[in-house]
Amino acid sequence: MMTEFQEIWTYLNREPLLWLTATLIAYAIGDGLYRAAGRRPYVNPVLIAVLLLALALGLTKTPYATYFEGAQFVHFMLGPATVALAAPLYQNLALVKKSAIPMIGSLIAASSAAIASALGIAWALGVRGEALISLAPKSVTAPVAMGISESLGGSPTLTAVMVIVTGIIGAVIATPLLNLLGITDWRARGFATGVAAHGIGTARALQVNETAGAFAGVGMGLNAILTAVLAPLIVLLFL
Amino acid sequence: MINHLAIILGFQLLGEVIARSFGLVIPGPVLGMVIMLGFFMALPRVAAAMRSTAQGLLSHLSLLFVPAGVGVVGHVAALGTDGWAILAALVGSSVVAITVGAVTFVGLARLTGSNDD
Repeated sequence: MMTEFQEIWTYLNREPLLWLTATLIAYAIGDGLYRAAGRRPYVNPVLIAVLLLALALGLTKTPYATYFEGAQFVHFMLGPATVALAAPLYQNLALVKKSAIPMIGSLIAASSAAIASALGIAWALGVRGEALISLAPKSVTAPVAMGISESLGGSPTLTAVMVIVTGIIGAVIATPLLNLLGITDWRARGFATGVAAHGIGTARALQVNETAGAFAGVGMGLNAILTAVLAPLIVLLFL
Repeated sequence: MINHLAIILGFQLLGEVIARSFGLVIPGPVLGMVIMLGFFMALPRVAAAMRSTAQGLLSHLSLLFVPAGVGVVGHVAALGTDGWAILAALVGSSVVAITVGAVTFVGLARLTGSNDD
């Protein structure tokens, strides 16, 4: 019985099917809990799925590389999904064109505020060196953030961790925070979420409202470019 | 459906090729999004036809971040003793960035008379 199980386990671990299925099931559980909780933003499906899978990998002593052989098919879809953001953007194009000035102002203000406040808070709490520098691009989509971090002398791995955590924080706090501020304009709500919390924030905005999702996508794209310019300058203030 | 996926992947490929050949900081897919937007503006009929495929891809955008998220869990220890300070910085700066971004947007929209309808 035991050896039979081991044989099956060995087979499954070689195949991408197991961890691909596990990823979808973990997300389905997260999404189910999110719906059951009345779509409350703090029951975040990404966070739930990640914790369940991390637990499963830990219990089965499965290395991440084995997991990723299956999960890579899901991960790969990030690229085409990003391209597909052109559709909600096109749908809201007239509104986007009309909102050029608020977008540019909001982008510059939020992008610098994100970088400076992250560095400022961490510095005040005693974080120095590589970890501090790695924080600067944390609001930007992962591939760009890792590139910026490396060029500044930070650690791309640490930055990747900070980027994902920032995205989840943004997705969780955006709705209650914006309600508290009394902001009802979907453009402003989406744009600020995309600038502060990149793709994970954009995913959350798209769940709530298509216009918010379109503006979040624009915010994410523009902030990737602006942070590459601003981060090196703001980091200088903290060295 | 297949045609639409091929178009989307084609623009991603084009974006990757341009980003890499010019050494741009913008990732290929973001560039692909911009190029596909131009394509939609030139051919509104194609844009309408592709809407449902694009929506399908985007309806579970959150799911696509799960594999990267799982990878991150293994590196949380790398934050070391700074972990809590960094978490505080990430939460604090997210509150600041969303607040500053949304308030600035609304303020400038009011000043320039740009309403949301």
